[in-house]
Amino acid sequence: MIEFILNNELINTDLPSGSILLDFIRSEEKLTGTKIGCREGDCGACTVLVGSINKDGSIDYKSVTSCLTPIASIHGKHVVTVEGLNIPNQLSTIQSIFKENNATQCGFCTPGFIVSLTGYSFNSETSILGILDSVSGNICRCTGYKSIEKAGIEISGVLIDNNTNGNISNLIRNKFIPEYFADIPKRLQELGNRKQIINKGIIVGGGTDIYVTDADNIQNTEINLIGYNNDFSKIRIENDICTIGAGITPSDILNTKELFIYFPELVSFFKLISSKQIRNMGTLGGNIVNASPIADLSIFFLALKSNLTISDKNGRARLVLLRDFFKSYKNIDLQDGEIILNLSFKLPEKNQHFNFEKVSKRTHLDIASVNSAFCISISNNNKITDISISAGGVAPIPLLLKNTCAFLKGKVLSSENIRKAHCVLKEEISPISDIRGSEEYKRLLLRQLYYGHFIKLFPEIISISDIK
Amino acid sequence: MKNIDSKNHVRGKSIFIDDIPTINGTLFGVVFTSPVAYGKIRNIDFTNAKEIDGVIQIITHSDIPGENQIGAIILDEELLANSEVHFIGQPIALIIAVSEQIARRARELINIDIEELDPITSVSEAKEKNQLIMPPRTFKLGDIENSWKGCSYVFEGKAITGGQEHLYLETQGSYAIPQENGSIKLFSSTQGPTVVQKIGARVLGVPMHKIEVDVVRLGGAFGGKEDQATAWAVLTLLAVHNLQKPVKLILSRHDDMHMTGKRHPYETTYKIGLSKDLKIIAFKADYLQNAGAAADLSPAITERTLFHATNSYFIPNLRATVYSCKTNLPPNTAFRGFGAPQGIFVIESAIKHAANELGIPTRELQEINLLQDGDEFPYGQIAQNVELKNIWDTAQNNFNFYKVEKAVCDYNDSNELFKKGISFTPVTFGISFTNTMMNHARALVHIYQDGSIGISTGAVEMGQSVNTKMIQVASKVLSANTNRIKIESTNTTRVANTSPSAASSTADLNGKAVQLACEALLQRLISTAAKKLDVEENRIELIDEVIIVDGKSSSITWEQIVLEAFINRISLTENSHYATPVIKFDSTKEKGHPFAYYVYGLAITTVTVDCLRGTYKIDSVKIVHDFGKSINQEIDNGQIEGAVVQGIGWMTMEEIVYDELGRLKSNALSNYKIPDIYSAPDSIEIIPLKTEGNENAILKSKAVGEPPFIYGIGAFFALQEAIGAFNSNYTHDFTAPMTPEKVLLGLYQKSS
Repeated sequence: MIEFILNNELINTDLPSGSILLDFIRSEEKLTGTKIGCREGDCGACTVLVGSINKDGSIDYKSVTSCLTPIASIHGKHVVTVEGLNIPNQLSTIQSIFKENNATQCGFCTPGFIVSLTGYSFNSETSILGILDSVSGNICRCTGYKSIEKAGIEISGVLIDNNTNGNISNLIRNKFIPEYFADIPKRLQELGNRKQIINKGIIVGGGTDIYVTDADNIQNTEINLIGYNNDFSKIRIENDICTIGAGITPSDILNTKELFIYFPELVSFFKLISSKQIRNMGTLGGNIVNASPIADLSIFFLALKSNLTISDKNGRARLVLLRDFFKSYKNIDLQDGEIILNLSFKLPEKNQHFNFEKVSKRTHLDIASVNSAFCISISNNNKITDISISAGGVAPIPLLLKNTCAFLKGKVLSSENIRKAHCVLKEEISPISDIRGSEEYKRLLLRQLYYGHFIKLFPEIISISDIK
Repeated sequence: MKNIDSKNHVRGKSIFIDDIPTINGTLFGVVFTSPVAYGKIRNIDFTNAKEIDGVIQIITHSDIPGENQIGAIILDEELLANSEVHFIGQPIALIIAVSEQIARRARELINIDIEELDPITSVSEAKEKNQLIMPPRTFKLGDIENSWKGCSYVFEGKAITGGQEHLYLETQGSYAIPQENGSIKLFSSTQGPTVVQKIGARVLGVPMHKIEVDVVRLGGAFGGKEDQATAWAVLTLLAVHNLQKPVKLILSRHDDMHMTGKRHPYETTYKIGLSKDLKIIAFKADYLQNAGAAADLSPAITERTLFHATNSYFIPNLRATVYSCKTNLPPNTAFRGFGAPQGIFVIESAIKHAANELGIPTRELQEINLLQDGDEFPYGQIAQNVELKNIWDTAQNNFNFYKVEKAVCDYNDSNELFKKGISFTPVTFGISFTNTMMNHARALVHIYQDGSIGISTGAVEMGQSVNTKMIQVASKVLSANTNRIKIESTNTTRVANTSPSAASSTADLNGKAVQLACEALLQRLISTAAKKLDVEENRIELIDEVIIVDGKSSSITWEQIVLEAFINRISLTENSHYATPVIKFDSTKEKGHPFAYYVYGLAITTVTVDCLRGTYKIDSVKIVHDFGKSINQEIDNGQIEGAVVQGIGWMTMEEIVYDELGRLKSNALSNYKIPDIYSAPDSIEIIPLKTEGNENAILKSKAVGEPPFIYGIGAFFALQEAIGAFNSNYTHDFTAPMTPEKVLLGLYQKSS
């Protein structure tokens, strides 16, 4: 029995835990404001909010695409559809601003935008970049977005002017959300005391891949949802080692402010990864076991020489280097019954520099043509004491450029050595032509991103005119 | 006035086709289609599929009581394939089951045995093998053959544009419910309710009056639901006809993408000749249009390419020929611009080509050749009230060409990693259906005895806010408050024999019909008041819902005068018909006066290219646009912004890819990318042109749907400029879209 609050209503359902939230909302509950646009998390028309209660009794709302959300993941939570944002006899502040800016034309994508924007209003901090990012997973084919952008900017202004700070009573007072939200934390706490659902069946992390490829089969079954299990959902930083649970989402990583000390550009790196909604859902473990040669997180953490902790069904753990985990195309070092528990890596030191690059047809919410991460240590006498470069989209697996790195290690950081190493790089990649680009393009693009790491971090050593 | 639907849109309360409450016993359909691009069906085995619990029936061509034919212009398209298949995604059978999921599962169990034949996917191969949808069409002006020798400069080249997926957020769908006496009520997400009705009747072998088509609104269409909503609607009708149960058929995104046609890709060879003083003297173009496997609307799209072959320029000697090539791809179809963008891309490429070779700014060549009053279009219409000079002056005053161009130069001089590019894109867009007989509409206006008003037209609301504009027209004529007026669904029993909502003309045609109806009703109310007050009619006005006599308010309100008319047995209903005057076209001579008027404009596009990564952003699009006298500036601006970004998408990231076997590789939103909020230009500035408007436009407010799509073309040429600023070896290759791949390969192209 899965139990949750849908808008203002307590729901109990015996449907299989793998059932899709979108279908439940539309077919069972007849709430048709949530639209079916693509069923692959790429349009945002089905966006809903999911509110989870924290130990301290506070509540966090995040936007998700309900097309990829198994109902198992909303057990004990508050699900908000566009109808659940309606205030009797008037428009909510966000709805009103959206309307006044002519930000809706055909209206099909509109509920998704309204829900995403309202999700943003729960943030304790407000910025224009943040509010635009909140609709990074919402596609509109009519407006050209300028009116939506204006509405977003106006909404952020109202949030700032009224010091809402994501506080629920402030949001209610300023008509961002209806009054029933005030009691939701209490109601969720009461729900939390009841029985947990049983996890069985196929292992699902966030569901953002399996519900794209295999929704028809999985939706009638029970699932073993690990992404939301506490054991997998922690980030620990101890003795310069960062350990990230396999169930952690990119949004969780972004919310770990301590990491910003080591990765000051983390926000701009992670905004290249999918959309707000998908970053709220997809898991680190899922991204890795999926073994896509272009997986952003695999590429990111490969360059950090990460380890994986893998557990068998008896709880016996083993360590494997991420670089050794990928054996050949979609073939990974994971036996039946094993799961990834976490990923760990040594945090960059002062003399280490990290960079992440990704180029895709569309900069945001797209799969990379080529991506690459880079971590380098430089000695006082300008020698490369250690270097690690990963590249996606240029081999059957997420690739660590071992030969290139071996060539550079111990050498002086110079334009000449960097360019010589590119000759090595060319020999250790094997891109193929596909929908993400031709082989010729991927070779050129990796060349650019390879040089780009150096140009960005060491502009005094090498510049774009050296590589023209 | 805001879009009247916006309040329900933001609350999630607007009803789209898939939101209509289904009645008990509704069955669901899924379409089984051809897995190969060309072949002969040897055998289909439905045994396993039929055994699935919940599968009700699998409908094939043999279940069609009427004609198995859905072609709208040329009768060349079967609803359900009989013996041959001509593209991947061609419907073969309709699986009806108690749920969509069951129908989908059954679909996987259908075994089909097809003798595969070699498909044609390229236009060059189709032309070589003479696989054409219809004979080529040619527009001619002057004496092209003899004009070349008078040219000081002649350039030849090739221009290619790709397809474009409509990606309306709402996929195709329909829902039909059986009525008594064999009638069927059909809800369809279609731009053309009459087309659906007519072809449905043809396929079922019943009179049109047996089929009632009702459309509330569409979740986007852009031309994709003009002709291509028909197949799914008619399949639903067929299922209802066979089963006498309600049936719903909504395409999944994946089915929609691989079963429906898109914007036509074009490959064109051009030749352009200029005089010493840079006047374009001659232009020749052979357009190869990839029509796909059936005609669909290709003949009409062909026509519009030819009508816009010269865009905003006067060219005295021209020969333009379109070959509509038949290939084994889904039939391509209407998409905002309807062949005009493809044609305009070619002439703009030719001009850019000439400017590059001559080493002069493209803008100068454009300016020298701008169309003027009295110039003849290649199809015989004489240009009148041309606004291009006015637009150029307005743009110069507002944006200062020299300043914007210098800013780009200065930026490029001081930046190595990023380069900017700028382009100028004029547009001259003819308004009317090019098929003259389609330029008509009707409106049915009821004033109810309580003073409220209900209006039915043939216009389909799809986000363009046509319903809002209809209310504005009625409100203005009747002087009644807008909140008294309701726009009803578009329904073939209330307004029949309609043209599709297309060609940017919907507000003009239907608005004029509403205007006529309201004028007739107003006259009746005035006469009623005159009788009641016993004064001459010409002394009476109706202003702000009050009867005015000799300029003074009477105590008679709107409600009172309506009731008075009702009591006096005056009809409070009017059904008006409007047909566009002036227009005519003789296709045997390819000459005439096909357009009611033209829309003019200019866009200045600036882009920035990241020369390391090959990525780019659109900085700004500065526009001067001829709205005539807009009746709703906010809504019209929304049309411009949406069209610009859609046009930019077509020119940049939207890349349709079929492989040589005719399989669509860009078959999902994960691999076919349309602009997101970050891809929109940093700024879109719109200056409305000061102008008198045109009497043939509704209340002088000109059509706005398609013309601004052309502005998006500017992104392509601006990107080329930026690439050229980085790499002097870059050879301008007029092949769109300009993906980040093409940009990067251009940035690092070695000398050719």
